[in-house]
Amino acid sequence: MYGALWRLLPGPWQAKLLLSLLLFVAVVAVCFLWLFPAIAPSMPFNGNSVQSGLSFLAPTPVI
Amino acid sequence: MRRLQRGVRTLGEVLITLGLLLFLFVSWQLWWTDVTANREQVVTIHALERGFGPAGIPERVAGTPQTPLATLTKVPFGQAFAIMRVPRFGADFARPLLQGTDHDTLTNGIGHYSGTAFPGQVGNFAVAGHRTTYGMPFSNIDLLQTGDVIVVETKASYIVYAVARHVIVTPDQVEVIAPVPQHPGDKPTQAWLTMTACHPRFSATQRYVVFAKLVRSIPRATGLPASYMAVPAGTVG
Repeated sequence: MYGALWRLLPGPWQAKLLLSLLLFVAVVAVCFLWLFPAIAPSMPFNGNSVQSGLSFLAPTPVI
Repeated sequence: MRRLQRGVRTLGEVLITLGLLLFLFVSWQLWWTDVTANREQVVTIHALERGFGPAGIPERVAGTPQTPLATLTKVPFGQAFAIMRVPRFGADFARPLLQGTDHDTLTNGIGHYSGTAFPGQVGNFAVAGHRTTYGMPFSNIDLLQTGDVIVVETKASYIVYAVARHVIVTPDQVEVIAPVPQHPGDKPTQAWLTMTACHPRFSATQRYVVFAKLVRSIPRATGLPASYMAVPAGTVG
């Protein structure tokens, strides 16, 4: 998988190294800025409130 | 044989990649959310302070008749309306209080349970905050001791509460935020503040709940006596 990627990248090995680092940074950025914030609410450890269907509470989404 | 070798290698690479992704997610959750949330919450605090105007200047406030409670009860979901200061958490500890307790709201500060009382009102002003991650406003909730001061600052006044007791409950025990804490159905005669946070740290199996009782409300024009903001002895950090 990574071998194929390395062969696909153009130029001498210095250029390949630079490009793969850039790709890595891009993947991390996509994860930090979009992917992780999107999946975090469904993680089981992200609750801090108490909740139920009791009437004196306005409906609070399950977090 | 070749094909098998290649398959095993690819499988290994996929597994390593998944491991790295998990590691990335953990660092994002435990570190990066604090970085961004702290930055944003400081901005919110500054905006609130600007909106509230200076304290202890009677003549300026006297000119603008206010109905503080009426304004507060109309706060839209997700909007910041007050600042919480807890000397036990540090002299500079200030966090925005927002309307609502959903995931996004708690990312931006401490959330006010919709439908519970507002600051200083008779009943239960109930709030939730993160114990870890997202700026962790209630990180040290377990350090609060009986008598510790909690100040809720609104546009109209400083509402001073003193910690009375704490309980550890399961997340479904909503009676902790009843108008009379832990006595659902009773008619409230006193003003309470209830703080809820994750317990134990890094888990969500229980809730650490602190009950504080109203000491007094001080009009903004009077200013907050410095003694209330004194950091209690024995505070770490």
